[in-house]
Amino acid sequence: MRRKLCRGEGINVDQIATPQEAIQNKQYKMALIELLYQLADDDFILAFRGSEWLGLAPHIEEDIAYASINQATMGHAVMYYELLESLGEGSADELAHERKASERKNAILLELMNGTGSYLENPSYDWAFTVVRHYFYDIYKKLKLESLKQSSYLPLAQAATKIKMEQYYHVMHWKVWFNQLVLSGGEAKTRMQAAIQKVWDEFADVLSYGTYAADFSKYQLIEEENLFKQKWEVEMQQVFQKAGIDYPGPPSARKGNGRTGMHTEDLNQALSILSEVYSLDPQATW
Amino acid sequence: MEFLQSKVLQILENVKDPEIPSVSVVDLGMVEDIQIDQYGRVKLKVLPTFVGCPALEIIKKNIIEAIQMVDGVNGVEVEFVHDPPWTSDRISEKGKVNLKQFGIAPPPVFIKEKELWDVECPYCGSHYTTMENLFGPTACRSILYCKSCKNPFEAMKPISTLM
Repeated sequence: MRRKLCRGEGINVDQIATPQEAIQNKQYKMALIELLYQLADDDFILAFRGSEWLGLAPHIEEDIAYASINQATMGHAVMYYELLESLGEGSADELAHERKASERKNAILLELMNGTGSYLENPSYDWAFTVVRHYFYDIYKKLKLESLKQSSYLPLAQAATKIKMEQYYHVMHWKVWFNQLVLSGGEAKTRMQAAIQKVWDEFADVLSYGTYAADFSKYQLIEEENLFKQKWEVEMQQVFQKAGIDYPGPPSARKGNGRTGMHTEDLNQALSILSEVYSLDPQATW
Repeated sequence: MEFLQSKVLQILENVKDPEIPSVSVVDLGMVEDIQIDQYGRVKLKVLPTFVGCPALEIIKKNIIEAIQMVDGVNGVEVEFVHDPPWTSDRISEKGKVNLKQFGIAPPPVFIKEKELWDVECPYCGSHYTTMENLFGPTACRSILYCKSCKNPFEAMKPISTLM
């Protein structure tokens, strides 16, 4: 199945319906793979950080909800890794477990530890940071999925349609937490403001398309980087306005750009833990 | 061939969601397409409910085992596809009845004007219910409470492409 895509003033790109077709155009494939790694690695690492809250969430209802959200988010990562698998990148399990930190394309914000201590020793995790990181990321993800639903790569557009339906509930969940905590007074508000600052210091990295930005839009895999940023900014301004806080202006990327493979020690820590069991016997069937 | 097709469909009525043992994969609306060729090879397209559902592999195994038992079948292939995406309105009327029997309300209706979910208690039929947690014990279920008969219960999460 082929149909012409023409949006905006860009060149017309044929819709690519199968991995076999995508592989025929080397440049297209390279851009597509890059985008898929960003999407997969983002969801994967954030779902891992989220899973570290299991049993530690503020109350039992939240523990259930958050576990469910993490399971869904990990499912989204699997879906993207399987798309990579179909393009000849290796098995989804290998892609999730065996790649070194320098090969990962996730944004740095999403790999940062939940707080001090570790899951097993003195986990002094920051709930405010968790709420803000998730809420802002999930709004971003919702917008990204809306754009991906129009992607020239049909399997990706279909995956985005599916994921977006689940994402609806995630955004709803974090919105409740965010507004309740920000609109309350005292310690909650102070801690939320500190968390917003911390997230804002790195969020430009989440928004970055990385080195293949031009090819992403050339092949209409996703809308153009700057247009997307503008859309995101409009949405975030409303979020801040409703919460009664000043919009802090454009976000930064102080710790660097994860899309280019730059990462912090926190990612190594995460990878060594999450692949510990897998590495015991990579051939085993779980 | 048509006979075989109906046999396969019939046997699929016995393949249940392992997490909801009263409802078959057919009534959940998960079976999108069944193709049988002249050699009796069966190819199914199945829609996953939620992407991260851990029961998917078990469901796949159960479908294959069930269909293999049918006389005249010579191999089964199950493929999970995402197009069309599964939505909660694919659950059949029979599926809704069977969900209730298991203590799970069918997908509630969201009344946009009031920003409220309208859910009928599967035990007493009252609409005097509250949402306790959008997220339940599995990805596809929420936890609710009936203020009439004082029972906690679950409901299937509504899922639609409009979301």
